[in-house]
Amino acid sequence: MVENVDLSLVDWSRAQFALTAMFHWIFVPLTLGLGYIVAFMETIYVKTGDPEWKRITKFWMNLFGINFAIGVATGIILEFQFGTNWSNYSWFVGDIFGAPLAIEGIMAFFMESTFIAVMFFGWDKVSKKFHLTSSWLTAIGANLSALWILVANAWMQNPVGMKFNPDSARNEMVNFWDVLFSPTAVNKFLHTTTSGFVLASMFVVGISAWFLLHKRNQLFAKKSIIVGSVFGFIATIMVIFTGDGAAKDIAKHQPMKLAAMEGLYQGEEGAPLMIYGFLSGSDEERLKDPREDNFIVNIPVPGMLSFLANGDFGSYVPGIRDMLYGNEKHGILSFEERIKRGYIAQQTLKELKEAEKNDDLARYERLKLKFEDKEWLDTFMKYFGYGTYFDADPQKLEANVLELVPPVTIAFHAFHIMVGLGTLFLLVFALLFYYTIKNKIENVKWLLLVALWSIPLVYLAQQTGWLVAEVGRQPWVIQDMMNTRMAVSQIETSSVQITFWLFAITFVGLAIAEAKIMLTQIKKGPKEGGQ
Amino acid sequence: MFESLSQLALQEYWWVLVSILGAVLVFLLFVQGGQTMISCLGKTDIERTMIVNSLGRKWEFTFTTLVTFGGAFFASFPLFYSTSFGGAYWVWMIILFAFIIQAVSYEYRTRPNNFFGERTYEKFLFVNGLIGTIFLGTAVATFFSGSEFSVNEMNQSQWELPTHGLEAALNFFNLSLGLAVFFLSRVLALLYFMNNINDDAIVERARKRLVINAGAFLVFFLTFVVWLMLRDGFAVNPETKEVYMEPYKYFNNLIGMPVVLIMFLAGVVMVLWGIFIGIKSASPNGIWFAGLGTVSTVLALFFLAGFHNTAFYPSTYDLQSSLTIENASSSHYTLTAMSYVSLMIPFVIAYIWYAWKAINVKPIDKEEMSADDKDGHVY
Repeated sequence: MVENVDLSLVDWSRAQFALTAMFHWIFVPLTLGLGYIVAFMETIYVKTGDPEWKRITKFWMNLFGINFAIGVATGIILEFQFGTNWSNYSWFVGDIFGAPLAIEGIMAFFMESTFIAVMFFGWDKVSKKFHLTSSWLTAIGANLSALWILVANAWMQNPVGMKFNPDSARNEMVNFWDVLFSPTAVNKFLHTTTSGFVLASMFVVGISAWFLLHKRNQLFAKKSIIVGSVFGFIATIMVIFTGDGAAKDIAKHQPMKLAAMEGLYQGEEGAPLMIYGFLSGSDEERLKDPREDNFIVNIPVPGMLSFLANGDFGSYVPGIRDMLYGNEKHGILSFEERIKRGYIAQQTLKELKEAEKNDDLARYERLKLKFEDKEWLDTFMKYFGYGTYFDADPQKLEANVLELVPPVTIAFHAFHIMVGLGTLFLLVFALLFYYTIKNKIENVKWLLLVALWSIPLVYLAQQTGWLVAEVGRQPWVIQDMMNTRMAVSQIETSSVQITFWLFAITFVGLAIAEAKIMLTQIKKGPKEGGQ
Repeated sequence: MFESLSQLALQEYWWVLVSILGAVLVFLLFVQGGQTMISCLGKTDIERTMIVNSLGRKWEFTFTTLVTFGGAFFASFPLFYSTSFGGAYWVWMIILFAFIIQAVSYEYRTRPNNFFGERTYEKFLFVNGLIGTIFLGTAVATFFSGSEFSVNEMNQSQWELPTHGLEAALNFFNLSLGLAVFFLSRVLALLYFMNNINDDAIVERARKRLVINAGAFLVFFLTFVVWLMLRDGFAVNPETKEVYMEPYKYFNNLIGMPVVLIMFLAGVVMVLWGIFIGIKSASPNGIWFAGLGTVSTVLALFFLAGFHNTAFYPSTYDLQSSLTIENASSSHYTLTAMSYVSLMIPFVIAYIWYAWKAINVKPIDKEEMSADDKDGHVY
């Protein structure tokens, strides 16, 4: 079944999922951060009783509501698509992945949807404190939703807390806490949600800057900038901190992704980190035609990648070639060897199923013992997914090895754009806060313009972050265990093509509607828009 | 606590939970039913605004229940999720699109500069109400009529018809449940308006429409029930786990599980009573009887599909590929872990109840919708 998968089906299914996930991710970060910002503002209103803060709260809450609706609309698509387009994956990991998804529904979605109703409809119906509590619970509910889906995603990047059951032919959870508290999950949750805080803060300060540039609602704008810049500054520091944690985690569990992010083809001790650079030739050319220098131009910081990966400037970081072809000195197994071992694991499973079918109990029991043997599991089962690339013809096998390298150019640029923009945002928040406190902000026009133009940049940073995480781990759906080819649903490519374009048209329509409504409300300003 | 339960007990517990979510979802589809009657019940702008807002304060609840229903099904019976969603691709995609367009329509409908225009968003709501209910009902009917799929020894599934689920909608008996759900959602919506909108003209129109919608509901519902009771069902041999066809299987299930029989009959009576007091006196309490009755009846239907040695997602292509609560479920550990999470459900219901009580103290009226200095949020 798996061997005969049509590659265009995989590509269209991936394109559809990427389209949906990236579109969903335009709206979700704003919900994650703006929820808290609105709750902060309302807290100040409840504490001070100053109606100006109520006006400010309601303006941003109004924008929160417009944005929230489209996040909900796109969220359900992802849940459905796990089943519709990745059905083999749904079974293979359903025992682990499904649980966070169900918990998300029970714990987070209901909290979010119940209290958002109080937030919007309850102003004159419930007490101030109950309303404020609802605003906080909406923000917490939104972030809890993110927790569970990110736990599930982190598990796909670093599968832990499970055991393969040959009878059901799937992974089964054996330790829920290992899944929930794996360092990958913790880092991913913190890095992703705090990046949402950065986006929302930039959204608030950027729009406030627009008001100041137009000399409108200046008090409102300055107060908003204070909240936005403080929250944004703290959040950016947290993003940097958790990003460092994420990099170390990637170095440990997804070294190929790290090498792709840095365009590192040949591993080295004291590996440099590029400030930026341009790779020479295409990904394919660089793989097939090894060269001394893979960059046309670059700005390296010596030893920095080693430090980022291992906390030691002189440590060794493996390159793409070390992983493809192995490196005995550093104990790296070649991908060709991994493919052979994975193939043995897959064949063992097939044999076990045949023995079961033929009622050959002795053979079945003997084979099943292998799946209990730790040494066999570490030697063969660990590389289960690689087996899909096996070919008895050595030449074809050699060619298949290259399919295990993610798109390096995309990963490289996405990573560096994300990091560069993050650094810029830290500076923008700091300067905005400084000038606002000094009460000079309305005179620093260049900074206001930078803040305004940082809004599209912060969205770009979010999307590149998604690209690093998801494109960087290709071709794996579950690291080392299942690739996209094994995971895809067996449907006609034409069906996926049709739904892809239907989604694309729907998303464009929704995006235009959202943008027009949002811009109209922003232009109306707090007095009208907040009511 | 849950660790000591057998795998089968956990599977049954989760089938009950999934069934409850499904039953509550069908009740909450009154939002969809109401969306198909916005223009026929509301003759003026303010009347339409009242209707939209009355539904708009509940829509997210239905939506969240649908998402949670899907998530819980995925978590507890992943083989159903992978087989049905990946196979009946077009049915699920149609349902999905119907819900995507709903999610933005309430918030965007009356916003200035909203690109599509107010009437288009109302049409989106109509389409969601029509397609969402009929296709969900049709999809659930396949629990009894079966589908054309196979599952291999690696538990990978394959749909055997190129129509990918659309064939289910062309089956009259599946469709009879789909249409029954559609008209039931309209009946529930009319009873809900009688409770939630304080406007004589709308309530009177709702009362009149109740007669025809209740009539249509009964025709399709009875068609489905008679067919269900008379047809052969997908039985499972408890010893060998072999699936075979059993005459009058679902009737036998009903007789074999007296509690389910009582739930089913009591549910139907409650729905009829709710409709009766709605038609007779436009009683605001009709929705409570009909709502509870709906939950009880749908719960009974789910129990008929999954319990008493029955395959809940049968394959007519290969009987032995049929899914049962035993062969489609998650592992003992995962079901146990999630069962602990399920203990939060009463707490979730309590806060939902409390929050809704707090903001729904009085029915919607014209005054609230048109107040100039309104502090609330009007769709």
